[in-house]
Amino acid sequence: MSAANSKPSVHISDHDKVADQAGSGSYVANFEAKESPLERFKKFLHKYPVAAPTIVLILAIIGFSAIIGDRFLHPFNLSLILQQVTIIGVIGIAQTLIILTAGIDLSVGAIMVLASVVMGRMAIDHGIEAWLALLIGIGVGAITGLINGSLITRFKLPPFIATLGSWNVFFALNLWYSKSETIRSQEIANNAPLLQWLGETVTFFGARLTYGSLLMLALFVLIWYALNWTAWGRHVYATGDDPAAAKLAGIRTDRVLLSVYVLAGIVCAIGAWVLIGRIGSVSPQAGYTTNLDSITAVVIGGCSLFGGRGSIFGTLIGALVVGVFRNGLALAGVDVLWQEFTVGILIIVAVGVDQWIRRGKA
Amino acid sequence: MTAHYDQQPILQARSIVKRYGSVTAIDHADLTLYPGEILAVIGDNGAGKSSLIKALSGALIPDEGEILLDGKPVHFNSPMQARELGIETVYQNLAVSPALNIADNLFLGRELRKPGILGSVFRMLDKRAMEERAQAKMQELGLMTIQNISQAVESLSGGQRQGVAVARSALFGSKVVIMDEPTAALGVKESRRVLNLIKEVRDRGLPIILISHNMPHVFEVADRIHIHRLGKCAATITPDSHTMSEAVAIMTGAMEVNSDPVAA
Ligand SMILES: Nc1ncnc2c1ncn2[C@@H]1O[C@H](COP(=O)(O)OP(=O)(O)OP(=O)(O)O)[C@@H](O)[C@H]1O
Ligand SMILES: [Mg+2]
Repeated sequence: MSAANSKPSVHISDHDKVADQAGSGSYVANFEAKESPLERFKKFLHKYPVAAPTIVLILAIIGFSAIIGDRFLHPFNLSLILQQVTIIGVIGIAQTLIILTAGIDLSVGAIMVLASVVMGRMAIDHGIEAWLALLIGIGVGAITGLINGSLITRFKLPPFIATLGSWNVFFALNLWYSKSETIRSQEIANNAPLLQWLGETVTFFGARLTYGSLLMLALFVLIWYALNWTAWGRHVYATGDDPAAAKLAGIRTDRVLLSVYVLAGIVCAIGAWVLIGRIGSVSPQAGYTTNLDSITAVVIGGCSLFGGRGSIFGTLIGALVVGVFRNGLALAGVDVLWQEFTVGILIIVAVGVDQWIRRGKA
Repeated sequence: MTAHYDQQPILQARSIVKRYGSVTAIDHADLTLYPGEILAVIGDNGAGKSSLIKALSGALIPDEGEILLDGKPVHFNSPMQARELGIETVYQNLAVSPALNIADNLFLGRELRKPGILGSVFRMLDKRAMEERAQAKMQELGLMTIQNISQAVESLSGGQRQGVAVARSALFGSKVVIMDEPTAALGVKESRRVLNLIKEVRDRGLPIILISHNMPHVFEVADRIHIHRLGKCAATITPDSHTMSEAVAIMTGAMEVNSDPVAA
């Protein structure tokens, strides 16, 4: 609760004299004054879900620059971190939308790879114009999202099971359609350079940003707007928070869920375009860690797996936290296995903090 | 009384049936609500009161029977359809979203958008307008001493949450307001305010269905009392025709009723 609430409550207008005599004006007891600093910190974290990952990010940056020195804070290295988290960031947006509805999507990585294969084969093997190939790939993302959403809303499958199934199905389709062959970078550069365009860079003050990173940031802002400034966004939160209450309030929660899964599919397909830009080629084996990485970013970013709580920018911060730890540990010359170890600890701590915060409410 | 019993009933339930598996929650129940009246619904726990009003508000779809609004049959498939026709309900389990703030909850499903292009093209919410209207309503109702309309509902006490649900129905009800135990979690002062609010809403011309276990409250505000027993209407009485202990006797089955004392 904010500081304003720890003051004695002020009695607002009152037109019912009888009632006034029946009870004292400041009816709500003021327990808050006796709160310990820890309780206040907990409430602060509860109110601002992005605060915890932001603190971790700042501490990590301070820590690594102290250990590694200028090399870590160099604009070039920072832009490298941003490039490294771009794909997880984009897929993390899709995952955040779904986790906000108390769901989970295990198929995001498979959708991304399937869409990238479709984009690549359409443009290269079928000679379709690159922009149209992109649109077809995005259409595939929307359809896969629609399939997930329908399994969950029509057939009432739990999201975990529905997307566990579709993950395998989409991955198999991807292997079948690609014939397990990679489309080489040179071939794409010659025939459909638009597919690689997001890998190109612009330079700001010695930092080289890819268009892909800029697109990721733009997507974050767009989805932030949709979640916070439109009725649809309120409905997404309400659906994840308490679906029964949302339904009674007149929200068509099934439609909200369906829209979320379709949008997530579209975002994953945009991630496919970013992926082609990043690795240059189209490979049916690319990005298979993205699934779990996206969940990691969302969880470290402070989104509750129970739905209805969290902020989209938390996921950006969460992805950056993972990126900073990986990069910092690598620069410090630590074995890769300790990167995985650290990320694992971060996940457990993040979920632990979420539980602690949630238990804190009255 | 301000009610008009010679007029066409606003809302009528006829022979509604609802079964949950082997349990028959509503067993050919009837209910009639006239313009301008407060109809109290009383009955034991599990008598089927909440189920009945849920059928009237679109929250459940009855297995049998029909619902008439202004004499015309209506079929609600969702609470939104009932709300669009002006039937506003305070559910027993409150139906508020804990993580959303008070203003968001009041306007949930009916958000206001900014005027002009921001609202029409960019679908931008008019948060200021919603907060101002929410603040004004909460103050007008005097239901609680809340300082911050943008605080999450989960940080409110049970009674304050109830206040939010009541405020929502008062803000949007345009035809019928249904309240399922709106004072159950409220203190003495807050209960009094809700009762006054109910009378005010009635005096504005809106009929109200009030479910309550509190006999003094029921006998104070109700124009008619619908006694629900074993999934159907056992009797409809008025505070003048019967005493509280007679009402309780009918409710528990200790007393039989032979005639309906109310016209129509
Ligand atoms: N969702 C449900 N599933 C199964 N049975 C239900 C459900 N809802 C209600 N019932 C059953 O229907 C009957 C009527 O319940 P209802 O909630 O309408 O009673 P009520 O009169 O509102 O009681 P109370 O005064 O306790 O609120 C009960 O026997 C209850 O167990
Ligand atoms: Mg009930």
